[in-house]
Amino acid sequence: MAVATPPRSATQTAHSMTVRGLKPFYGKRLAVQALDLDVRPNQILALIGPSGCGKSTVLRCLNRMHELIPYAHAEGEVKLDDINIYAPGVDPTLVRRKIGMVFQLPIALRTRNIYENVAVGLRLGGVKNKAELDARVEKALRDANLWDEVKDKLELSGMALSGGQQQRLSIARTIAVEPDVILFDEPCSALDPISTLKIEELLLSLRQRYTIVIVTHNMQQAARISDRTAVFMVEKTDDIPIGVLVEEGPTEQIFSNPKDPRTEDYITGRVG
Amino acid sequence: MAEVKAVPRITASSRWARRTRHGDVFFWLLTLLFALMIIGLVVAVGIVTYNGSAGVRAEYGWSFLWGTDWNPIETELYPVSFGAWPAIRGTLLSSLIALILAAPTGVAIGIFLSELCPLRLRQPLGVMVELLAAIPSVIYGLWGVAVFANWFNDWVANPIANTVGQYVPWLAGPVAVSRGLAITGTILAIMILPTVSAITRDVLQAVPSHQREAMFSLGATRWEVIWGAVVPYARAGIVGGIMLGLGRALGETMAATMLIGNSTRIEQSLFAPATTAAALIASELPNAQIPLHESSLIGLALALFGITLILNLIARYLVWQTSRGPAGEKV
Repeated sequence: MAVATPPRSATQTAHSMTVRGLKPFYGKRLAVQALDLDVRPNQILALIGPSGCGKSTVLRCLNRMHELIPYAHAEGEVKLDDINIYAPGVDPTLVRRKIGMVFQLPIALRTRNIYENVAVGLRLGGVKNKAELDARVEKALRDANLWDEVKDKLELSGMALSGGQQQRLSIARTIAVEPDVILFDEPCSALDPISTLKIEELLLSLRQRYTIVIVTHNMQQAARISDRTAVFMVEKTDDIPIGVLVEEGPTEQIFSNPKDPRTEDYITGRVG
Repeated sequence: MAEVKAVPRITASSRWARRTRHGDVFFWLLTLLFALMIIGLVVAVGIVTYNGSAGVRAEYGWSFLWGTDWNPIETELYPVSFGAWPAIRGTLLSSLIALILAAPTGVAIGIFLSELCPLRLRQPLGVMVELLAAIPSVIYGLWGVAVFANWFNDWVANPIANTVGQYVPWLAGPVAVSRGLAITGTILAIMILPTVSAITRDVLQAVPSHQREAMFSLGATRWEVIWGAVVPYARAGIVGGIMLGLGRALGETMAATMLIGNSTRIEQSLFAPATTAAALIASELPNAQIPLHESSLIGLALALFGITLILNLIARYLVWQTSRGPAGEKV
């Protein structure tokens, strides 16, 4: 089921993430039971599960976006290679620069044109040289398979693009700063099937250079593009719902021979 | 089996027929009437002030606007004369001072309330801001005269007049006791501050959170998120809020009357007494003996009406300019 591993390019970066005892909180409420997870270099890890199982919450903990929600915080250890991003003194803005994120809604920054939508991260990083900006914007747009569609209208508002194009614009913005890992939070759930296909192809090509974690509602999508899959479920203790990581393994095994009965129920459509 | 109720056949009907169904036409007429009343009011105010100022327009023409002498009572030294410039100048200067003080402060407060304030403080602080906007202007005036004026003279006006004022004529002394353009502008600034901050807060909160998240996920600091995405997104609304505050400052009567000093002499210093159009009308209209005096005051009202109209049009233009950039347009 999982796609054959494409040939790795020479510029392979090979960054991995290690999650140990991660506990995301909203206020005092634990959202997901303490979990361990490994994100292997140049692979796509899919997080799947029913609504409310905390998969997006876990994803947002991986680049410290979670704590931007009022009263939210996370405990435990999340390592990018060998650096714990939750260690005291770590600057979350640097973490987010190294671990980029693409959201469910395609986001064109409304007050910027297409060029600036891609350049914004580079400018934040202090790139001022016009030639370098031009080159890196073009490269990011090419890598996001968007260049041919927008090269003649870079000065137009990003809002002029279709939903699928805007999502590729969001991806271009994220990869322009060349992060080590990219997190995708249901990137296709607001898109039509054709646009979804384009994004999936893009994800597979990005895997050659980036380590990717994707949250998806779409089990077929997880099966099509991911190397490994983590399955989350909602459990209720004293009527308080809490997310649980029930199983993690190679995608092929999860979908053909799940170890946990709850996974089997979920992927065969009995729950969720 | 229950009998199925016949579904009415779909037939072509005129727009009017559709509209008159279910009392819609009554509601439509009622709302139309109220909407027309707005236009009617604006036109009526225009007509009344225009007709009422016929006398002064016949006497002075356009030069009424830049005439510098306002002498309603004939004396040996000064003949009767009506020139609007002292009042217009006072109106514009006091509002300008208010705008310079209140716009940055109000926008900063709005940014704090919307973007930086801890959640548990947001609600109480927001209520306080709205409460400030609800205080009647006479109370601001009273507080200005009784409390703020002394403090302002001791800590702002006199120190400035004694230092910078030695070299800059419009900041020179002597400082009038508790009266003048500067203190009026400052009180006006305090009065319009809640308007500017409340509107800024509201328009910033209306910015979709995904615009912030997109910036955060690129490693932007809170400062960069605010100035790189949130404020630019909301700039049209912020300009609108500032202009609304400016409108309030231009027309403010009570606090201005109590603090400006009501002097129609033009003095260069901002610390000298002056007057504003609204203050002059309020203080002199009850005592206007000669028809030309009354007509001049109404002419002043017409001028004030014109100023607010022009500034509102400029504000509209600015809002329109800055809010462009929907699909397909250049940014």
